[in-house]
Amino acid sequence: MGKRVGIIGVGQTHHASQRLDASGVELIAEAVTRALDDAEITIKDIDAVVIGNMDHFENINYVDMWAVDGLGAVIKPVFKVTTGGTTGTTIAACAFYTVASGLFDVVLAVGWEKNSESDTQAAIATCANPVLERDFFAGAIGPLATEYSMYMKAYGATEEDAAIVAARERNNALNNPYAHVRQAVTVEDVLKSPMLSYPIKFLDMCPRSDGACAVIFAVEEKAKKLCPRPAWIHASVVRHDYTHFGDLEWTFMPTLERASAEAYKLAGITNPLKEFDVAELYLPASTCGVKWMDSLWFCDHGEAPKLIRKGVFNMDGELPVNPSGGVICTNPIGATGLIRVGEAAWQIMGKAGPRQVENVRKALATGFGGCSWSDVMILGADLP
Amino acid sequence: MMERLGIYEDKRKRTHTPEGYELLTHTSGPVSYDFNWHLGYYWSYFLQGLKEKKFLATKCHQCGRVYMLPRQVCGRCFVEMNEWVEVGPEGVLEGFTIVRFPYVNPNHGGMKEVPFTSIWVKLDGADTRMMHYCNEHDETKLQVGMRMRAVWAEDRKGSIHDVAYFEIAE
Amino acid sequence: MERVAIIGVSQTKYMQNNPLTFAELVYEVTTKALEDAGITVKEIDNVVSVSSDFWDGRTISSMAISDASGAFGKDITTVEGDGTFGALYGLMRTLSGSFNTTLVVAHHKGTESNMRGITNTAFDPLVERKLGLDAISSAALQARRYMTKYGLKEEQFALVSVKNHGNAKRNPLALFPMEITVEDVMNSRKIADPLKLLDCSPVTDGAAAIILATEHAAKKLVPPQKCVWVKGVGHCADAFRLGDRDLADTRALAAAAKRAYSMAGIQDPGREIDLAEVYDAFSYMEPLWLEGLGICPEGMACEHLERGRFDFTGQLPVNPSGGRLSSHPVQVAGLAEIAECALQLRGEAGDRQVEGAKTALAHGVNGMCGQAHCVWILGK
Repeated sequence: MGKRVGIIGVGQTHHASQRLDASGVELIAEAVTRALDDAEITIKDIDAVVIGNMDHFENINYVDMWAVDGLGAVIKPVFKVTTGGTTGTTIAACAFYTVASGLFDVVLAVGWEKNSESDTQAAIATCANPVLERDFFAGAIGPLATEYSMYMKAYGATEEDAAIVAARERNNALNNPYAHVRQAVTVEDVLKSPMLSYPIKFLDMCPRSDGACAVIFAVEEKAKKLCPRPAWIHASVVRHDYTHFGDLEWTFMPTLERASAEAYKLAGITNPLKEFDVAELYLPASTCGVKWMDSLWFCDHGEAPKLIRKGVFNMDGELPVNPSGGVICTNPIGATGLIRVGEAAWQIMGKAGPRQVENVRKALATGFGGCSWSDVMILGADLP
Repeated sequence: MMERLGIYEDKRKRTHTPEGYELLTHTSGPVSYDFNWHLGYYWSYFLQGLKEKKFLATKCHQCGRVYMLPRQVCGRCFVEMNEWVEVGPEGVLEGFTIVRFPYVNPNHGGMKEVPFTSIWVKLDGADTRMMHYCNEHDETKLQVGMRMRAVWAEDRKGSIHDVAYFEIAE
Repeated sequence: MERVAIIGVSQTKYMQNNPLTFAELVYEVTTKALEDAGITVKEIDNVVSVSSDFWDGRTISSMAISDASGAFGKDITTVEGDGTFGALYGLMRTLSGSFNTTLVVAHHKGTESNMRGITNTAFDPLVERKLGLDAISSAALQARRYMTKYGLKEEQFALVSVKNHGNAKRNPLALFPMEITVEDVMNSRKIADPLKLLDCSPVTDGAAAIILATEHAAKKLVPPQKCVWVKGVGHCADAFRLGDRDLADTRALAAAAKRAYSMAGIQDPGREIDLAEVYDAFSYMEPLWLEGLGICPEGMACEHLERGRFDFTGQLPVNPSGGRLSSHPVQVAGLAEIAECALQLRGEAGDRQVEGAKTALAHGVNGMCGQAHCVWILGK
């Protein structure tokens, strides 16, 4: 049997479109130091390290090797995991399994990106098959825009539904001192912002950011000793399934639907909308904040716009989604998924500051990446 | 206690060091080397088909799904596909976007020309969609569910661009 | 540690300019590993793939092998680095209680890409990268340092190449089986002093897969003779910059080995290990790493090599497969070593079988000049 695992510390940098003041390794060190301080431990207490990012954003091969100084990993076990957009949640899952295996007790998980160092869309565009798909594939936005065009057609959802999500998340970010974009906006502002790629407009879409996040995972006995209120991992599930963009059934998000169904089963969740107290979801565009709600089993296919217009996912709603402002306000890609897990952990630990949701017992975190990679992690205040 | 210089400070707006020196950016200069991707049997066969104005898809003998783009393995059944079927050249527009933001074209490092319309088209007889261009760049003229037709390039070399683009077939 | 078994292994034939796509290579080794274990894809609970976006020339290259690795509807993830690290993550997932079986699959198509350009990007962008360092030139620096520190000669390194290319003649999968002499190596083209062409491993295409299972699952799924047991694993990294390390110092490897030995209960590795697959991308690396592994005292490995200790018929055969010098598919390398060790321990290694092998060591490397190491001890 595997060990039970809890998160005992979280650290993140102040995220920005460009962090001129720090190199990648220095950003990593900033996040790692903050996480160690958050857990009130030192680097000596760390038994192993996992790191990840996406290679082609900074063009650094063997990032796990390059970053050892910032990670505090000289003469320590370290390796790299990477799965594109889900890299951050992949790192979290890796740290979870590393501890659950019993091989290491306290594991540091680090995700980072300096997206300012290259052309993000060009780098992402190379994930499509280079010979058969690359030229028609417009980075991350293309497929997201296309899938929402299909969802609107299938269920009568609107561009305004997405704009409501965008305004909600952007206003939430005002409570997050680390968020990259902190700007009060109205639904109207979103609808009037420039069209990037129909039907996605500028304020619907995530930025690209410089930033890093570090999360410390510990085995049950150590977590209890080191942390007054660890965030316990109740489930971690990944589904990918597809290799070409055209393989998907695009009017819903099949991999997210399958991954969350499995995770809910493992964590004993039967009514996710009621049982979760908060969710930090990897929603790269506001349109996903509409369509993917169906696939997280919060409602039937096509019902999401109703819930959104009722305010179910607002800070004072039944299930606050992305109190941090989410991905459309902060997106250092290799860290983005890990920030979801870290923010969810902070909500359980009661450390989320001005964006704290009251009395969080169960939290949901997700990751998303191309092509349709979906990660789901469930965290709880009680032991699993 | 050891002092930690600025680890908790919000330094996002900094453009200079505390001593007043500018914070620098170092440009790599052009980084390029060519890749020679091996296409294997399936994609070589598929591209030869395009040259001859044929869309060749692979069919799974177990679940019957017809994959466009073709490939070796049906992921759902985990079996090798050995049956080719011709699909298209017309199909249904299943999703589209008109890309208006410029970005670097990874093929050559220059800028990608915008706007362009990226579409998912399900060719008649296929169960999965292929990605391609459409020559219509006005979103008000495109509707999910429309019939589309492939327009072939005159000079076909065994490339995905042997299909010049898709056009509305209605 | 609970017991985990390797219940199936496979490798492709190693070659250059293999015309297949990497997804097709992955399908080949996945189906062969399943056949080797005598199970179906339904029995696989999750998949760890090992690949590199740099070598594949596209972002998230592992997204292209989901179906080929049988991962539809399953948990799947990707390790970027040597196959030994991918296998390590597979081991952790198998031990975590979440999965009973794990497929670990690695692919590499180095001949599609540009080795020097890609390994140049492993260096700091501001300094070493600008100086044009790559895998070969940095290795040459390390070889020189190793020679200087212990008074070693190029001819001694050449002997590694002679031995390993000779071993490759017994391995039908190897790319370059060769009957060569020390003189041939010494006379081969200079690549980066002191390294000559025959001191360097060839860029190779290939793939490998292993299937890991918990003891309970292994006993249910396969006959006992198919099971090779993981006895110990350790991994560890050293400093990044070459100038921050003594390149002839193997402290990270020693730390990784110590952990693996202590898990496996090994006290005297030189006597207790029956065969070793050691990372030999360059000839000098084999003796250097054998010292780091504690198999011989510092500076002594070349002498032991000359005495024949590491020959196929010696006391401790090293790289009976022919090693990376004979076929070097980068991310695949360490996973192929583990697969080779498993075959040896099952007594199914054909002409290259080391008689009576009961304990085997596999060793993989990440980063330039062996910055990080992963050591596996496998047993019957």
